[in-house]
Amino acid sequence: MSSVKDWAAPNPITENRGGLIGKGVDRYEGRLKVTGSAPYAYEVEAPSRPAIGYMATASIAKGRITRIDTSAAEASPGVLLVWSHLNAPAQAPRGTRANPRSQRPSNPALASDRIENFGQTVAFVVADTFENARAAANLIEIEYAAEQGVVDFVASFDQADQPPGEEDVHIGDFPAAFAAAPVTVDETYESPVQNHVQMEPCATTAWWDGDKVTVHTSIQMVKGGQHALAETLAIPSDHVHLLTRYIGGGFGGKGQAYDDLILSALAARALGQPVKLAYTRQQMFHGTIHRPAVSMRVRLGAQPDGRLTAFAVEAITHCARNAIFTEHAANFSRNLYAAPNRLTGHRLVKMDLPGAGPMRAPGEAPGMLSLECAMDELAEKLGLDPIELRIRNEPDVDPETGKPFSVRQLVQCMRDGAARFGWERRNPKPGQVRDGRWLVGMGMAAAIRGNFLLPAKAGVRIDADGTITLRQGMTDIGTGTYTILAQITAETMGVPMEQVKVEMGDSNFPPAPGSGGQFGAATAGSAAYEAGMNLRKALTELAVGDPNSPLYGGPAEYVTFENGNIAIENRSETLAALVARAAPEGVYVEGSISPAADARDYSQHTYGAHFAEVGVDTVTGEVRMRKMFGVFAAGRILNAKTARSQITGGMIWGVGTALTESNVVDARYGSFINQDMAGYLVPAHADIVDLDAIFLDEADDKANPMGIKGVGELGICGAGAAVANAIYNATGVRLRDYPMTPEKVLEGMLAVGL
Amino acid sequence: MKTTITVNGTARTLDVDSRTTLLDALREHLGLIGSKKGCDHGQCGACTVLVNGARINSCLSLLAMHDGDQVTTIEGLGTAENLHPVQQAFLENDAFQCGYCTPGQICSAVGMLQEAADGWPSQVMEDVAAIVDLSEAEIRERMSGNICRCSAYPQIVAAIRSVAGGAA
Ligand code: FES
Ligand code: FES
Repeated sequence: MSSVKDWAAPNPITENRGGLIGKGVDRYEGRLKVTGSAPYAYEVEAPSRPAIGYMATASIAKGRITRIDTSAAEASPGVLLVWSHLNAPAQAPRGTRANPRSQRPSNPALASDRIENFGQTVAFVVADTFENARAAANLIEIEYAAEQGVVDFVASFDQADQPPGEEDVHIGDFPAAFAAAPVTVDETYESPVQNHVQMEPCATTAWWDGDKVTVHTSIQMVKGGQHALAETLAIPSDHVHLLTRYIGGGFGGKGQAYDDLILSALAARALGQPVKLAYTRQQMFHGTIHRPAVSMRVRLGAQPDGRLTAFAVEAITHCARNAIFTEHAANFSRNLYAAPNRLTGHRLVKMDLPGAGPMRAPGEAPGMLSLECAMDELAEKLGLDPIELRIRNEPDVDPETGKPFSVRQLVQCMRDGAARFGWERRNPKPGQVRDGRWLVGMGMAAAIRGNFLLPAKAGVRIDADGTITLRQGMTDIGTGTYTILAQITAETMGVPMEQVKVEMGDSNFPPAPGSGGQFGAATAGSAAYEAGMNLRKALTELAVGDPNSPLYGGPAEYVTFENGNIAIENRSETLAALVARAAPEGVYVEGSISPAADARDYSQHTYGAHFAEVGVDTVTGEVRMRKMFGVFAAGRILNAKTARSQITGGMIWGVGTALTESNVVDARYGSFINQDMAGYLVPAHADIVDLDAIFLDEADDKANPMGIKGVGELGICGAGAAVANAIYNATGVRLRDYPMTPEKVLEGMLAVGL
Repeated sequence: MKTTITVNGTARTLDVDSRTTLLDALREHLGLIGSKKGCDHGQCGACTVLVNGARINSCLSLLAMHDGDQVTTIEGLGTAENLHPVQQAFLENDAFQCGYCTPGQICSAVGMLQEAADGWPSQVMEDVAAIVDLSEAEIRERMSGNICRCSAYPQIVAAIRSVAGGAA
């Protein structure tokens, strides 16, 4: 196993002779996307015209189907197949793992008469056209025996338990220190169920060739999807060819196999023709996962100088009754501020709602909405600037584990951001700045998000024309993966970008874990880098061993790769010439990465600071963004353009979190009342004004050979809290219940006499 | 029922289910996959196309309503080798991530630029009779029917500004 020390030596990426690392190159697949010619899963060309599926879904939260009548649907024009639990093909029971190495177990559809959540698929129609399939699905009659489910989160706290296998973390004596602290904050913050609302609903196109199935699907994890489908259908995983080349957004919500994948594959087999199936927008809200609601109690005890002596963050959250998922909303706080006496932990309520699961920055995204407001509240009580309070509690080492930080520029992010944003314009006394009927205020928050490296492989080949092709079972969900892999490969091989091709999203390619947890770029990129280094080695051996090469005889250790050439000082030839002559069939090698044995000896994170300015309408309570700025430190940045987009996208998610996003549960049916894009409000163009971000110079040599870290999730962490703090600064209204919609703001303003 | 529309300059006659939306006609029957289905309910803008030069949500419109109409989709604006100026600006400004809202954003921007040139007012104009100055605020207001969940909004506005000539 490697050590982080192996990664410290200079290498082609850190030397960056071609200047491609960090450069804001346009997206690799950009021309396909702006011309609409990139085929997403529902749009791929199948061997013949696909039949079209449509799902019917449950209208109760819990119970069972007592009667289902599909006869009218079966007789409806164009219908090819109607399935319910009564006649669906046999599938492996849920959770089966016939192959112990499968990354995901079986997940059958239409498996029984049991209803476990509103919106569960209860019947499935395939017809010749979408219109016929939808019409037939609407003719299915279903009766239920409903049972009382647990669907009201706040009313169910008495059922909250310790998540399995977890314990609270106690350090020092929190209760005594909190009781003794001269200045305290003890507040509870609520964040609601939120939804990914990826622009592309989940979809699959499937067809069979003999006993092998090809599926094009919209999924973030190639192997997970392949294995889940194979396990469900009880076939070997190499009989499933899964492709996911273009994905219309994921954000954590497309990390698993849903019914579109299972049902389209089953139906394509039954009908002997291609079948495609997409969720409707409404079905996405219940048929796929959401971010669970979180209730967070924060207790802070400080000395008059601002030093924290007592620190507690406790989160209550929920997941589906038959699942295990914990929104670890308190975890981030274990690494953020120094305090000798600490308590952090989680409680979990099992509920009869659709599945809770990861959504962009699981844990941090809702979690930071609490502590980063509590710090604002404490700063005001102490009469300290919120940045100064954070600086006074900046730890030298990880506050819980005592491990050194790999690199930590949180204070620099706050200082730099304050200067660029104009933080000195902020009046610390709330409710003082008026602009006509608007009250104007500013807020800030810190950002932290862990950094991870997972095992991954990549393959790279060079052909006789010099084209270098990187292949990896990786995905690009809009994150820029195609582009950064092309940059890494080109820079490693010393060739221009135009000479590099990237092929991804294919289960036949060397596996990578996919997109999630902000680990994609570092993980897939490091494997691509290692594959490139192995190709350099292979080509070096080829050249120095070939009497017809100007490099013949070496010395191999002086070989360089630059400008498309392989060279030893002034002896050189193009890579294309070398390969065409010495290996005309091309050269293919693989590379792999895995976490260093000692990587976890360091506390390793990405950091940032958010600054927000809002206007609050004193008449309506509406909050409008006026300005938002963030400064981030996330290792070496591979692509200035795509990294900025990732970060600003995350910040905008933070705005949605603060102001509009919430799935409201209808306790009568266990459904989300707002189950479309008119009811679940994500930010729109007009909501986002003057928003930008920059990165600090950084390289984290404990992270991976390239010193890079992820940026996909950092931008949302803390962003909503900065907006909430700005609302307080504008109005003096401290809301602790997200999102901060006009009626809540108005009520608060009336209460403080505005 | 039979409907004839001119799509990207070519007359096409379709004989399909009368319940077929313009969006599904384009995607499922004419193989024009660029127009996207994000909601099928007129809530997201991913399906935006130009009909007789004006932008509409093609999911909210039945094909049968468009007999004789001129339809321009993203495929009719430019090709990968020869991008439309708005497509080029989106590429250079990184005005997209996953790309699923992008054809709709671009068609919408093209339609919006024409509306502004034609003097259509918007709700953020102080004087609705004034000549439209495509400030950032104007662009944001006029583009708000196109959701981008990847939230490329700052980059989209910059891209459109650069085409509108206001890249200051
Ligand atoms: S698909 Fe037409 S507006 Fe969403
Ligand atoms: S680019 Fe993904 S939704 Fe706009």
